[in-house]
Amino acid sequence: MQSNRLGWILLAPTLVILFFFGVVPFFYVLWLSFHQWNPFALDPAVVYNGADNFRALVFDNGFLASLGVTIAFVFFAVLTELIVGYLLAQAFMKEFPGKAVFRTIHTLPLIMAPIIVGSIWKLMTTPSIGIIPSLLASWFGFDLNIGTSAVAAFTVTVIMDVWHWTPLVTLTLIAALVSLPADPFEQAQIDGANKRQIFWHITLPMIAPALLATVFIRLMDALRTVDEVLMLTGGGPGSATRYLGVHIFKEVFPKTNYGYGSAVSIIVLYLTIVACWLLYVALIAPRNKKA
Amino acid sequence: MKRQRTWLYLLFWVVVSFLTLFPIYWLFVISVKPAVELFSTPEVILSSVYWKNYVDVINDETLRGYMMNSLVISTGNAVLVTVLGFLACYALSRFDLGGKESIFFWTITNRMAPPAVFLLPLFLLLTQVYKFGDFTLLDTKIGMILVYCTFNLPFAIWTLRPTIDGIPKELDEAAFVDGASAWTVITEIVLPLARPGLAVTLILTWVFAWNEYLLAATLTNFNARTLTTGLSEYVTTTGTEWGVMAAISMFTLVPALIVFSLVQRHIVAGLTFGAVKG
Repeated sequence: MQSNRLGWILLAPTLVILFFFGVVPFFYVLWLSFHQWNPFALDPAVVYNGADNFRALVFDNGFLASLGVTIAFVFFAVLTELIVGYLLAQAFMKEFPGKAVFRTIHTLPLIMAPIIVGSIWKLMTTPSIGIIPSLLASWFGFDLNIGTSAVAAFTVTVIMDVWHWTPLVTLTLIAALVSLPADPFEQAQIDGANKRQIFWHITLPMIAPALLATVFIRLMDALRTVDEVLMLTGGGPGSATRYLGVHIFKEVFPKTNYGYGSAVSIIVLYLTIVACWLLYVALIAPRNKKA
Repeated sequence: MKRQRTWLYLLFWVVVSFLTLFPIYWLFVISVKPAVELFSTPEVILSSVYWKNYVDVINDETLRGYMMNSLVISTGNAVLVTVLGFLACYALSRFDLGGKESIFFWTITNRMAPPAVFLLPLFLLLTQVYKFGDFTLLDTKIGMILVYCTFNLPFAIWTLRPTIDGIPKELDEAAFVDGASAWTVITEIVLPLARPGLAVTLILTWVFAWNEYLLAATLTNFNARTLTTGLSEYVTTTGTEWGVMAAISMFTLVPALIVFSLVQRHIVAGLTFGAVKG
């Protein structure tokens, strides 16, 4: 075997780049979050102020509002994607002509830049340009205006996310469904189980690992949604769609209050980790213990 | 009975495909309409095609520059992360490095963090700390290529690891016995066998870099501004020029779609980040 020195040399550039652009920023932002620093304020010095930034954060209504809508957004978007994605994956299990073509079409949104997805849905839903408001108005007399209605804006961001990311759920669940053995299903049918019993007692437990991995990926991605929402609504109206990432980009970053901004960033990172950890503990860990 | 079911599935998928494709088609419709026609009742079928929006985009020197920047940054970044990821995976796969599984996992965690969290520290580091005399990395192409490594390098390592692990160790050991140098083994034995995996990695990382918006929007001003940021810039400054905005979107979208068609088969494993085997 070769000397390990060569191994470290080959690994070194990767470690150096990730150190300077991944590790250093993390510790830097952590350090800054305990300081007061606004280079454009009267006193531009970096001053240690303990946990003051975090104390202020707890009473920051803008931040709390953003946190609330983010949780609602992630919940509705990921839940819808799971249900629709599962149904579409089941619909792909049968043989029918043109299956490969339909699958390719269904995969298209995945490769699109989030900012383009935002731009497309802006063109679809902006009043007087978009087709959706004009159809809703002429068919149901319903006035859809994402610029003024908080509910409309929120709903459209959820629909946009579902349009963009359901294919990912479909593809991963197809992979899981294809690999299922046929025996338990045949046995259940012989025993006279109905469709719903088969789903709850056989299909669901068997695809659970793949399903949980998908929830995990989607949860992480949905929590950091920024580009498309920024493009579609700019976080508005009010704070209806100002999700955490949008909040940092639009409210925190331009204010040059770097100490406080760092505290917000650290809390967002912390909440993301906690959300993933909770999901892991609640859903994945007990399964591993059983197995 | 069976025949009827097939028709139902076909119909179902035609509807789903329509829902997927229509928004993209609508983008195209807006991009080929003159501004005056936009505000009349929206019509789905095009009566005439108006290419001036595209011509305007191509003739706009600033946007042409952004397009060039996007191309340079995403290509530079994709090549860099694929080469470094390849070398790193070779090291992780063939050497008995202390704590290498922890290192492997740590590289992945770099990609899990929300990019918005890193806007502020990266901006400050690039402007205040990582500078060499008067030269800072802010608003430079090389700076963006390095910053994009934070999400693309972990991805490259994650997707290349199984490829490199799958190449039998006996092949390089035999070559070492014959007196070949490490460089020869890597370039002439491992590299050719890893080529398919490298191609997929190169293409997917290229698309990710090409599509990136948030970091480019905060870490560039003009010299390294990319097409995605140009798009949002256009919307906020001139607001109502929907046709041009749609045309820029098309210019951003089409390269990604072309590239996508090249690796369509491999896309599942790649996009799901290897968490679920496709």
